[in-house]
Amino acid sequence: MALLEISGLHATVGEREILKGIDLTVEAGEVHAIMGPNGSGKSTLAQVLAGRELYAVTAGNVTYDGKDLLAMSPEDRAREGIFLAFQYPVEIPGISNQYFLKAALNTVRKHRGLEELDAMDFLEFIRVKTGLMNMEPALLNRAVNSGFSGGEKKRNEIFQMAVLEPRLAILDETDSGLDIDALKLVAHGVNLQRAPDRSMIVVTHYQRLLDYIVPDFVHVLADGRIVKSGGKELALELEKHGYAGMGIEDEEEAVGKV
Amino acid sequence: MTAIAEQTGAWLESFTGQRRAEPWIQELREAAFQRFAQLGFPTTHDEDWRFTSVSPIARTRFGLPNPNWKIGPGDLPALFSNGRLAADALPKGVRLATREEIEAHLARHASYQDGAFVALNTAFLDQIVGLRIERGAVIEEPLHILYGGPVAAASPIAVHPRTLILAGENSQCSIIEYYVSGMGVYLTNAVTELAAGDGAVVDHYKIQTEGAEAFHIGSMFAGLGRSANFTTCSIALGGGLVRNDVTAMLSEGTEATLNGLYVAGGSQHVDNHTTIDHAKPHGASRELYKGILDGKAHAVFNGRILVRKDAQKTDSKQTNKNLVLSDDATIDTKPELQILADDVRCTHGATIGQLDAESLFYLQSRGIGRSDARKLLTYAFAQDIVDRIKIPSLRDSLERILFEKFHERS
Repeated sequence: MALLEISGLHATVGEREILKGIDLTVEAGEVHAIMGPNGSGKSTLAQVLAGRELYAVTAGNVTYDGKDLLAMSPEDRAREGIFLAFQYPVEIPGISNQYFLKAALNTVRKHRGLEELDAMDFLEFIRVKTGLMNMEPALLNRAVNSGFSGGEKKRNEIFQMAVLEPRLAILDETDSGLDIDALKLVAHGVNLQRAPDRSMIVVTHYQRLLDYIVPDFVHVLADGRIVKSGGKELALELEKHGYAGMGIEDEEEAVGKV
Repeated sequence: MTAIAEQTGAWLESFTGQRRAEPWIQELREAAFQRFAQLGFPTTHDEDWRFTSVSPIARTRFGLPNPNWKIGPGDLPALFSNGRLAADALPKGVRLATREEIEAHLARHASYQDGAFVALNTAFLDQIVGLRIERGAVIEEPLHILYGGPVAAASPIAVHPRTLILAGENSQCSIIEYYVSGMGVYLTNAVTELAAGDGAVVDHYKIQTEGAEAFHIGSMFAGLGRSANFTTCSIALGGGLVRNDVTAMLSEGTEATLNGLYVAGGSQHVDNHTTIDHAKPHGASRELYKGILDGKAHAVFNGRILVRKDAQKTDSKQTNKNLVLSDDATIDTKPELQILADDVRCTHGATIGQLDAESLFYLQSRGIGRSDARKLLTYAFAQDIVDRIKIPSLRDSLERILFEKFHERS
């Protein structure tokens, strides 16, 4: 049985239909890249899978680990092992990263039948993870994403993923806004977490990220539908010809645009 | 009888029923009562009371408290309980103000001419908590002053706590005033006067956790010397009808920080009025008031900043932020800037908002349940006021109180 099975998924925001029939199957351990131009529905798909109420699902099914995913609250999805790395991680002044992570980890552990970690055990657990993810421990004492640079925010997302140990990680444009060094760091963090029992959906506009996080499958999303699927070579093809070269409408390259 | 006479007539009985005081106090009482009888209670036609009706107070007949009631002995150092000294030893550098000192300062900062409630408090002067911090003394441990509401009173009573703090030149101290819960209907009508000498550093807190049916009217007046540094933080959690007035008068180079947090639910009404009076050059003031409103609560914030003609180079910043958790809660917020000098920097801003949907989703997407996420974000909203509290034990206990409060709420 596949870990995730999406069939005929339609979703709207307000009056506008954004997803117009998505079919996608993800097996355990697979890494799927979803590429597409701006406005194709990539981020909407990521957010719908995580349970964002802003979007209304109007048709279709999503089965996750044999369960009806769409019937679950966002928190239950997280507890069941779904993790969304946000394109724009939210700043929450007033809650320390550490408190937030401990609260999240313990609800997830409780749900999975594991013992909740006390303060000492949590600190030890987190020390190991910060080392692994190359994360400055000082960031833990700051408020969640508050005043973090773009790169720090994205690394914090991947760090949270390492702490929560999901079965399905959805990375929404984790490469956007990063310079090449920050991108390599983030990709390295993601690669360390690849495992036979962990699947990933990597959403990106650009092929560049996929040089570092090499996918098993690539899907091209356009106007709310997957229009092409293939292996990792599909990303290279896209890079060479551009979306337009494949008959997909995209905004013009921004350079020099007034 | 006129409406005013009707209201004040009921108070006359209590007034004349008091034990007589020393002549100078008795004189002050009588002058103040006379003024109260002229003013009567404010109405919503008074600009300063536009959003707060005190007619429930005006309508209630309050008696005098039993002079012997007290709260059990506390284990706090330098504790005053209901105006009586409960701990024997004050820290070195602090003593009770002498009669002469009290006479010289009392009612000089809080004028009974200007407001009915200050007049009423002055008319019922009884025990005056007067503290004198010696010149240059640095008092490490906080001074706690505790006022407890009445318990098990058969009928409504009114108490008029009066506090006078005289901080000598270049002295340093922290003072916490507590107004803790009583039961039933009662009125706490408190006045606190602070006279801070040149260069004095005073860190002041007011923690108000009165009973649900209580009326709490509190007025603080701070006269601040040259280069004095004054911080006050008002935490309003209890009471049914609450009004806090804070007035700070700055001298040259004075720094004043006025912070406040009000948390109201049910049908609570909380009104904060502040006045920062920059009278001399080079003064700085910072003000941050935050409110959390639920149920049918109504809050008012009015921040008046006066920069007089002489007060060049004033640097003043005022912020009021409100988190509204229900459809029925309301807030009236108003900055009131009067700037008569031309070389100043004054900014102000007010926000009213709800919990941020994106933040909620972010927390939920990490496994935190919706209701816990709401509480966490509510708590986070109050956090920057709590973080500004410099006394660790007070910060900790307030963190705990708030955490529990938000957990019982939804």
